[in-house]
Amino acid sequence: MPRAGDPIALARRDLLRAGTATVFVLGVELTTSRIASASAQPKVVFAPDAFIRIGGDGAVTLIMPQVEMGQGIYTGLTMLIAEELDLATDRIALAAAPASDKLYGNPIFKIQATGGSTSMRAYFVPLRTAGATARAMLVSAAARGWKVAPETCRTEAGYVHHDATGRRADYGSLAALAMRQPIPVDVKLKDPTSFRLIGKSHRRFDTPPKTNGSLKYGIDAMPEGMVFATLAASPVPGGKLKALHDEQARKVPGVRDVLRFDDMVAVVGRDSWAVQRGLAALEIEWEDGEHRTLTTEKLRAGLNHSAAGRAEVAKEVGRPLELLEGDGKISVRYDLPMLAHAPMEPMNCTVHVTASKCEMWVGTQVMTMAQRAAAEECGFQPEQVDIHNHLIGGGFGRRLEIDHIRKAVRIARRVPGPVKVFYTREEDITNAMYRSIYGVWLSARLQDGKPVAWRHRVVGPAIIARWLPPGFDGKIDNDAVEGAAETPYTLPNFRAEYVRHELPGVPTCFWRGVGPNVNVFAVETFVDRLARAGDTDPLIFRRRIIADSRARAVLDLAASKAGWDGPLPVRTGRGISLQMAFGSYLSAVAEVGVDDNGEVHVRRLICAVDCGVAVNPDGIVSQIQGGMIFGLSAVLHGNITIRDGRVEQSNFHDYRVVRMDEMPEIEVHVVRSAEAPGGIGEPGTVIVQPAVANAIYAATGIPVTRLPVDRALLARGGRT
Amino acid sequence: MFKLTVNGLDQEVDVPGDMPLLWVLRDVLGLTGTKFGCGIAQCGACTVHVDGVALRSCQLPVENVGSRKVTTIEGVGETDPGARIQKAWLDLEVIQCGYCQSGQIMAAAALLATNAAPDDDDINAAMAGNICRCGTYVRIREGIKHAARG
Repeated sequence: MPRAGDPIALARRDLLRAGTATVFVLGVELTTSRIASASAQPKVVFAPDAFIRIGGDGAVTLIMPQVEMGQGIYTGLTMLIAEELDLATDRIALAAAPASDKLYGNPIFKIQATGGSTSMRAYFVPLRTAGATARAMLVSAAARGWKVAPETCRTEAGYVHHDATGRRADYGSLAALAMRQPIPVDVKLKDPTSFRLIGKSHRRFDTPPKTNGSLKYGIDAMPEGMVFATLAASPVPGGKLKALHDEQARKVPGVRDVLRFDDMVAVVGRDSWAVQRGLAALEIEWEDGEHRTLTTEKLRAGLNHSAAGRAEVAKEVGRPLELLEGDGKISVRYDLPMLAHAPMEPMNCTVHVTASKCEMWVGTQVMTMAQRAAAEECGFQPEQVDIHNHLIGGGFGRRLEIDHIRKAVRIARRVPGPVKVFYTREEDITNAMYRSIYGVWLSARLQDGKPVAWRHRVVGPAIIARWLPPGFDGKIDNDAVEGAAETPYTLPNFRAEYVRHELPGVPTCFWRGVGPNVNVFAVETFVDRLARAGDTDPLIFRRRIIADSRARAVLDLAASKAGWDGPLPVRTGRGISLQMAFGSYLSAVAEVGVDDNGEVHVRRLICAVDCGVAVNPDGIVSQIQGGMIFGLSAVLHGNITIRDGRVEQSNFHDYRVVRMDEMPEIEVHVVRSAEAPGGIGEPGTVIVQPAVANAIYAATGIPVTRLPVDRALLARGGRT
Repeated sequence: MFKLTVNGLDQEVDVPGDMPLLWVLRDVLGLTGTKFGCGIAQCGACTVHVDGVALRSCQLPVENVGSRKVTTIEGVGETDPGARIQKAWLDLEVIQCGYCQSGQIMAAAALLATNAAPDDDDINAAMAGNICRCGTYVRIREGIKHAARG
């Protein structure tokens, strides 16, 4: 609740200025009723907090703290404000928040970031509070004008009503007076039973301009006088430019310049084609540096070496180590590969650097990080960097990073006027940041058909230590152990361990599904190993050891919708998985056929979801459908490999992703719940991977312990 | 100098003949609805219609377009299949990030123009060249059927 003295309340007097001076309204109409440009913004007269602006004409703008990258958060968060403000959503225009950790820091991260399935968890209460606060102040203004008690007024569809006297006033006419009302200290939020919007599927605001090409992504920015640039950075991290022959490139029509940097080369020209041709015509020799002989095998060996060393204990209960001594335990090692994000919008950033200012057009998940990075590259203060943030053509964690922004700014500093720096897809795949390799070691002992002891060791980098240093205690990366330290199961003697292992020569970062991708895959496929070791159906086994009632409910729902016990053809199997992560509970059943060549055909995916209050149910279904496809690409295809220090894949022909002809049927069932909202962007990616792996195990008898699936192994070892 | 007809408008562009239509549309004509995704005809984000046929504009040199009529995402709503696909995409909330959807809509509209009632195999054949990383395939499939019915 906002209280006098807190940062938001203190900043209030600055908000009116901020509301017109620094807010960039999206460069396109979101719907016909939404406002297109900053210049068309009416004068804001009521700005009760960092989020809500109401003009004297009744125009309402929500300063959107989170970034839209397809997950539907623009719609979901707008619903929260509209719900408490008693306003139709189509009366609310959206403006992307300017860079400010103070005003727009994600309450979970404390910095302005969209990721980790945090948006709805972080803002469910704050944005409702903002709406309810604004509403209370508008009511207070009306009541004062009418000389009636505020309690006798009600709000509906943008008006304050006083039914006893038959009066009503629209929010615009009350805005100026509302600004002078005290900020209520303990504003009451609506009881969920009176929600008009929350819980009902709502049309997305961002989709109409995405059907007709009018929505401008960062890559579509075209500031006046702009030129184009593309680049080749050292293919081996840490490598340096040794020699460059650019005579042919400079002869390409439209190429204006070739810029040399110590670790990259950029071609500048009049259009995207000219600079790509110029890039292709360059002869570049690199001094590859210390990582020149790196291979995937060496990376794995290094990780395995670390794994044998000392671990930090994330959680320990009972006497797991003692009970795991001696023979008869079940132990499995899991190996997960490097992955690229490959968002459909290739990395890009348009930049204009002048003597005193850096202006950028980009789609970023991290506004303030981007601002600071650009400022550092220019030797500026952050305030000298203005960012026009755009809707994002796919993030998946890649745009939580600012490496491409730094490169673009370095290039832009040597170009007069604005320059659009874009990556070719080849550069996007070979010079990216990656999901790391990970290793998981699981051991358990069964007694009376249950795991009496359980030990989980996960080994991989601590992304959080680099990305959000205050979020790392120096020992345990809480993301890296999510899904390991807490499971849905009763495990009386339990130990979850983390070994931090940073990869040499590979920049690593978050990837959709993050830590639970690794741990839930291992735990859930291991549970199937234990079940089958005890000759028990995996569903029955899970029911036997499940501890959590919400987890049990989604498990039972998924199994029942899938027809778990129904007959199946040969070499076809069902696999089930269960997770609690990101504040949500999911269970999935995959139905998978494996042909004699080892090719995996995923026929059906059924997912049950309990994410607490389902703010926009159809949006949740959509995120789970899409998230499962993202995870399915990882199961079936995803693999970035290193040879001679270089990424071996370069484009979608050799970094394959799931296509339409590989699509299973998908059913998503959302549980009605009054619990606090959980995250929904990441979970689908996580839950699908063990479900498919367990279905392959059921179909072939071959456990899947590494990804992507090994077709040769499945063909050789499979039953017919 | 090349003469083009794009979305019913005659255009003249002064570009090298080997410049792919994609870049002519985006960088020269400012029609940024057509997207760059891979540059090697692997992803379909750049799909446009040339005389009604769905083609990858990243692989079509402008000199080979000739007098054929080019339709892009900005103009496809003027055609009956295009308008029906766009409506279906909104009716079913197909879209997530949307970056690939220009290409998806162009491919789907071309399919619908030649096949009034596509089945799953037809849809697979027509759409497997269009990648969506958000994973909207389920709704794309439904959207095409919805548009065909509607």
